[in-house]
Amino acid sequence: MTLSEGLELFALSRSERLGELTVEIAPEKLVETCHFLKHELQFERLSSVTAVDRYPSEPRFEVVYHLQSIARKERVRLKCLVRGDHPEIDSATIVWRSANWFEREVFDMFGIHFRNHPDLRRILMPDDWDGHPLRKDYPIAGPRA
Amino acid sequence: MSEQENSSAVLTPSEADAPPARRKMTLNMGPQHPSTHGVLRLVLELDGETILSATPDIGYLHTGIEKEFEEKLYQQGVTLTDRIDYLAPLSNNLCYCLAAEKLLELEIPPKAQWMRVMLTELTRLNSHLVWLGTHAIDIGAMSVFLYCFREREEILRIFEMFSGQRMMTSYFRIGGLALAPPRGWRERVKKFIDVFPSRVDEYENLLTNNQIFMGRTQGVGYMSLEDMLDLGITGPMLRAAGLALDARKQEPYSGYEKFDFTIPTRTESDVFARYQVRVEEMRQSARIVNQALEGMPEGPHTADAPKVVLPEREKMKTQMESLIYHFKIVTEGFRVPAGEVYQIIESPRGELGYYMVSDGTSKPYRVHIHGPSFGNLQGLPKMIEGSMIADVIASLGSMDFVLGDTDR
Repeated sequence: MTLSEGLELFALSRSERLGELTVEIAPEKLVETCHFLKHELQFERLSSVTAVDRYPSEPRFEVVYHLQSIARKERVRLKCLVRGDHPEIDSATIVWRSANWFEREVFDMFGIHFRNHPDLRRILMPDDWDGHPLRKDYPIAGPRA
Repeated sequence: MSEQENSSAVLTPSEADAPPARRKMTLNMGPQHPSTHGVLRLVLELDGETILSATPDIGYLHTGIEKEFEEKLYQQGVTLTDRIDYLAPLSNNLCYCLAAEKLLELEIPPKAQWMRVMLTELTRLNSHLVWLGTHAIDIGAMSVFLYCFREREEILRIFEMFSGQRMMTSYFRIGGLALAPPRGWRERVKKFIDVFPSRVDEYENLLTNNQIFMGRTQGVGYMSLEDMLDLGITGPMLRAAGLALDARKQEPYSGYEKFDFTIPTRTESDVFARYQVRVEEMRQSARIVNQALEGMPEGPHTADAPKVVLPEREKMKTQMESLIYHFKIVTEGFRVPAGEVYQIIESPRGELGYYMVSDGTSKPYRVHIHGPSFGNLQGLPKMIEGSMIADVIASLGSMDFVLGDTDR
């Protein structure tokens, strides 16, 4: 099965630019899609998880997953749109354990909650820190500036 | 409070009756422990000398570089990338520039590409030399460090010759190189790379058949390939587990497909195998540098893109148009077409990725750096749980992480 055939089942939209494939997935379908990509299409590696804040437009956050298939020599970018008033999405840790720290970083920096994450704590900022630094409404000079 | 009252408040009656050696102990390793190479804190739970669980605590070196990118012009961002992985600044320069160049759809002239390959391979040597020297010290082989830093010093002098800086080089810029290569660079690099393989022999003489080194590293820090892929580990660690995954071969960038080199692998997946892989990588990097020296193309060192690349000083003073471009680039920067890219390169530590999102202005909307050390460090608990406390030092060293790269 090729990647595009496989993604027919899940993709809300897809685009290919600069040689990179981006696929938008409904947030509730994320874990199912990841599971399918890993086990049916040999995407062995989760390369990174991050987010983009589109403040003030809604849905505010894009959660971005970069996947790599070593066997097929392919990469794909998955995107889920998450609303800003209640940013929440399922955790991909049950598919790849590496998602653990990657998602903790996104939680720390953007305040997006990952459901069913085994250990959702801040990872880079101190535990008692207020706010999420990579949000666009967080001032560059810090909260007290 | 007496000692007895204190301990009974912490321990349950059955635990208090147990002999002291059977009690669990929590040990804080770091954040200032010398063998953590930076500021990493490990919370180790011990039963005697056996590690029951390990919890890495990172973030001590978090500097908010990703946030900073959003406030800087594209060309200013280059200087931030040096400071992420401070043992491989040119690898970070390269990845950042490649990402921006992909968005701009810029064609980079061959000379700049080859120069970039040559200098990033020297960076790999630099990084591996620091790793080897410090790793050997951690295990107790003091003298290797002195040998490694002798060669590293010469590499830093070469960097200084090219860029004026030993460590924070910022020598790669969007569109090419910051400066034309200096007079005499070829002889300098040639002189170094001609003797380098014999220097690697010297390190190997000190370590490869050294019974103490073998005893401390063979069979230590084992991890299966499946666990590594699942936990996001890349680079020499993965190759020491048997998988020849290297972005220079899998997804060539900057002209790596034109070079002849091999990807060393081992299958033992222990600390010693990682040592062997990195030492062989040094030899391969020296081969690449040699090929770059021999086949270095002639031509310009920057792309023909006057709106992006600063004009030469001479032209700026004699041509009106160049002066205008110079003024515009310096004051307001250049606009990058809207879009997003995820650029991968093989840094000395593994897969380095820059995810760059542009909204069409002269500052990046978002830059995410996927540092190889971040993914690699995540595998640490799996590697050391169940092993002895002395092996933690060897295992940590074999991961070769840089905390600046982890915390960004």
